This record gives sequence, C-alpha cells and structure tokens, in this order.
Amino acid sequence: MIFLKLILTNLRRHRIRSLISIAGIAFSVAAMLTVVTVLQGAIGMFSGILSSDSEIIVFERNVSDLFFSNVPAAAVAEIASWPTVAHADPVLFGIVSSADHPIITCFGVTAADARIRKATWLFGNRLDFAHHSDDVVLGQRAAEFLGAKLGDHVPIGHGRFHVIGILKTANGFEDGGVFMPLSSAQSFFHKEGSSSVITVKLRNKDDDAAFKSMVKKNFPDLIGLEDAEFSRSYSQFKILNATAWAVGGCGLLLGGLGVANTMIMSVFARIREIAILRVNGFSRVQIAAMIFGESAVVSLLGAVAGLLTGTCLLFALKLVPALHGYVDVATRPVVMLAVILLALLTGIAGALYPAAYAMRIRAVEALRFE
Amino acid sequence: MNNLSVQPNAIGRTVVRAEDVWKSYDDGAIAVLKGVNFDAAQGQTVALCGPSGCGKSTLLHLFGGLDTPDRGRICVNNVEVNRHRNLVQLLRHEVGFVFQLHNLIPDLTLEENCLIPTVAAGIDHRTAQARLHELTDRTGLTHRLGQRIQKLSGGERQRTALCRALMNRPRILLADEPTGSLDEHSSGLVFDLLLDIVATEGVTLVMATHDRGLAGRCDRLLEMHDGRIHE
Repeated sequence: MIFLKLILTNLRRHRIRSLISIAGIAFSVAAMLTVVTVLQGAIGMFSGILSSDSEIIVFERNVSDLFFSNVPAAAVAEIASWPTVAHADPVLFGIVSSADHPIITCFGVTAADARIRKATWLFGNRLDFAHHSDDVVLGQRAAEFLGAKLGDHVPIGHGRFHVIGILKTANGFEDGGVFMPLSSAQSFFHKEGSSSVITVKLRNKDDDAAFKSMVKKNFPDLIGLEDAEFSRSYSQFKILNATAWAVGGCGLLLGGLGVANTMIMSVFARIREIAILRVNGFSRVQIAAMIFGESAVVSLLGAVAGLLTGTCLLFALKLVPALHGYVDVATRPVVMLAVILLALLTGIAGALYPAAYAMRIRAVEALRFE
Repeated sequence: MNNLSVQPNAIGRTVVRAEDVWKSYDDGAIAVLKGVNFDAAQGQTVALCGPSGCGKSTLLHLFGGLDTPDRGRICVNNVEVNRHRNLVQLLRHEVGFVFQLHNLIPDLTLEENCLIPTVAAGIDHRTAQARLHELTDRTGLTHRLGQRIQKLSGGERQRTALCRALMNRPRILLADEPTGSLDEHSSGLVFDLLLDIVATEGVTLVMATHDRGLAGRCDRLLEMHDGRIHE
C-alpha cells in the first residue's frame, strides 16, 4: 500500500509533468487506435467484397494487386463445372472517375453474383440487371455523390451509363461503387474475356484443400486461397497493416520519449529521497520497481485516456458524411489489447534508463551534504 | 597504528567492530580515517565526539554498509560488512539510522514514513502496525500518526525519525548528530527518549555528536581527531 502510495505521491507531486506525460501517451494511443482501426476496417471491407457468398478466391498467381489479375473466361467456365463447386462468380475490378470524384470502384459482375442478388435494392429491379450493355447499378452513396436517380444517364469515365438500380450495402467500397454487367466492364476496361478474380462457393467446405490442388494442377498460372488465407497473405493488406502499426508505433515512441523524460526528471529531483529509501532497507530492485511502477501508472492512465479519445475520434469519423461506409469503427478487442500492451511496454522502456540511474544512486553520497 | 580497541563491558557481546579501518576521499587526497579500531558491545551507548570533518559520520556510514573502507575490516554481528553479501539485509534488520536532518519523506504521513522499513523488509501489516503503535506510544506521537511531515515540529520530526529507525528492531542504532538541528529543550527531550528506548530494547547506540553534555550521558565517550579514535 505504501509502495503504491510512494508511486502515486511522486506523480501527484509533479502534477503538470505527469499530466503532460499521460497526455503524450494518450495522444499516441489514440492515433494508433484510429489509424489501425480505420485501415483494418478498410481491409475488412475489401475482404468482405471478395468473400460475398463464397469461401475461396481464385486469381492470377504472383500479382501485386488484384486490379492487375487476369483470369481467363475459360477458367471460369471450367471451374464452375467442377462437381465440388456450388457456384463460381467472375468479378472484374476497375477504377473509374467522374467529375469531382477521381476514384470510383467499379465491379463487373454477372446477374447471378451475390452482390447483386443479396443486396437491398432501394430502386429498380435486380431482374433488369445486365439486359443492356450501358446499364449500371449504383451503390447508394455513389448515387448521392453522382447526384443520380433511377433512369438517369450519368457520365462515368469515358462513357455514359443508364442507371437501372440503386442498392444499399453496408460495405463502403460497394456502397460507393458502380456495378456493371461483366461483359460491359470487360469492354470498358479493355479486358475482353477475362475477370480479376473468381469467387467460389463449394458444395462442401471440407473440399477446400482438394479444390485448391485442382486449381494448381489445372491452372498453374492461377491460385486459389480461402478468404481468411487471402486476407493474411495478400501483400497489399500486409503493407497496409504494417503501415498502420508503424505509424502508430512512431506515435507511441514519441509518447515513450515523453515518459522517459518525465521519469528522468523525477529521479533527478529526488535523489535524496531514493537515498533515504535505500538507507531504510529498500533494495535496488525495489527502487527500480518503484520507478517502473510510476511509468506503468503513467502509461496505463495514458492508454485508457487514449482509448477513450481514439474511440470518440472513430465515432466522429463515422459521422463525417464523406467517409460514410468507408470507416468501420468497430474496434477489435485484440487491437485494444495490443495498443494497451504497447503503451505499457513503451512506458517501461522509457523508464529503463531512469530506473538504472536510480539503482546506482549511492546513499552515502546523496546524504553526505545535508 | 592507533590501538584503542575497547573491551566489551558486561552488557553483552561485541556487535560492532572496526579493525584498522582507513578511508580517504578524492583519490586519497583527503584521508579521513587512519587506522581506526573500535568495538561496541550489545546494549552499549557510545558517543563519538570531535571536530567537523574528523570522520565521525564516515565511520557511521561504514558501520551501516553505506560506504566501504579503503583498508581494514568492519564487522557487524561478526559478519564483515565490506564483504557482506547482502548489505540490504544489514540495513533492513541489523542497523537503523538517525540523521541530523530527519530525512523523512515530506509528502507522506508520519505513519507512512515509519512504515517504510517494514515495507522494504516485507513485514506483514499487522506486525508493522503493532510495532508502530508501540514506538509512537513511547515517543508520544500516536495522536500525530496521520499528520504529514510538514505539519510536525522539529522535535516531532526527529522522534519520527527515531521511530522509523527502530521499526525493524535493529540491534544497532547509528545516530549522526541526532539532536543537532533541535533547540536545547527539544534536544534534551529527544535524547532522553533515545536513551530510554535503546536501554529498554537492548539496542547498541553509536552516536556522533558535538554536544559533550549529551555525549557524557553515554556509556562511553570516544574522541576522534586526526583520523583516529581516542577514548
């Protein structure tokens, strides 16, 4: 109890200094939480697009980005005919632009695709999809920013398209995207006869290994991965994840330097007090524990404040209309735990030198000049 | 070599011993102790008198393991301090320090200051509280337990320091000018208490002081000058 009080007393004694350190950790934690959550949310949404009503994604082996993947129509037809496959849907990804909106994701899909079948149609009829080559269906948000209504003709890229439906989806990329009949998209993006990926649903999920082997055997240029496997191994996701943690880590490093500075000042300011504790039987380990305890309290308080700030920030981002559907603010417990652990580790790392210094304080020298 | 080793009196066995102890500072430029021999028996009260800088405090620090001699041996309870493998145990259980300035932690209460040695030694709360009340009853501080140090008088602070030094029932109390910062009246009161408690508890007191009146009340008065002890 007194040990804890010694820790808290010192933090209370220099309130402003302690608060600045806590704020430093809090801002770092908030930044990390926000960046990681937003990017992981984006990754989750992209994964969601790929895994709509499917378990396996087939795409061109060794491509850096799915936009560059080419899967021939012959492969789609053959894979769809395999007895283990319930359905295989080709999807062509493209990026188009319109006035004021330089990036709009475009999905070239068939009428049988789950994105069309299972979406909530606000306007139009899904049975009308893919009857004409200039037909498009807009996501709700895309319709809003394009100012388009059912039956309008909208300029997208170098063409004009007839809006035959507006659908609602929770996925930001789909909600802000344009759905074209696959053949129209192939023509529009000059990728006749090919798609970016095939999303495959198996009759029996246990056949996944056999399915992947068959893909490898029959189409050496293609690869089949389960959705989760794809999310883990896709280099773009890995880069995004690493970037998020690196940016957050840099923030936390700055917070850690703040803690280190506070703890160094704290030790320098009470060399005599540490000497008194030593004379009264405190071991070097106990002195170090006290210093680490102080930094742990600062880090924990900072982490809690940072989590609260970060969560508020994420909710604020969710309320920004321009980001609607693009930001998934659901913070994963594992991310929160990782952020708290990193904050604690940073605090402890920040206290390493101060603790080592405090352990080396010689009571006789500190007390000699009274 | 000074050879004024004192035979322990009838009070008890030798608990503190210095044998030909040398200590200097600034790479030998300032020689403070020049072959000091000393011993004190259990329950004995010993006063070290001498001019400032003669090495009284240095000798106390050596007895408490806070410093090491350049040469010679310091033994506490027949264990050589400068070869003591665990100086922490010495400070926790064998010796207690009282300084001229009380050296209390100002942001803690009287009670919390006194409990510091018990926290260091891992003594259970109930035992520590019982000991605390025993000592504060004797020193008249029980009604001030919850007070912060800033609100205590000089005499109360020094009595608190005395309680803290005795919390873990050390066998040796090392007091460096324990009444040096007090007025004559308070000084007398604190010293009376000090003698009373060490006598009751059988603690060996080794005290550095300039006050010959107080020193004269100890069992032995040793003069220190020129880096040596003269009884």
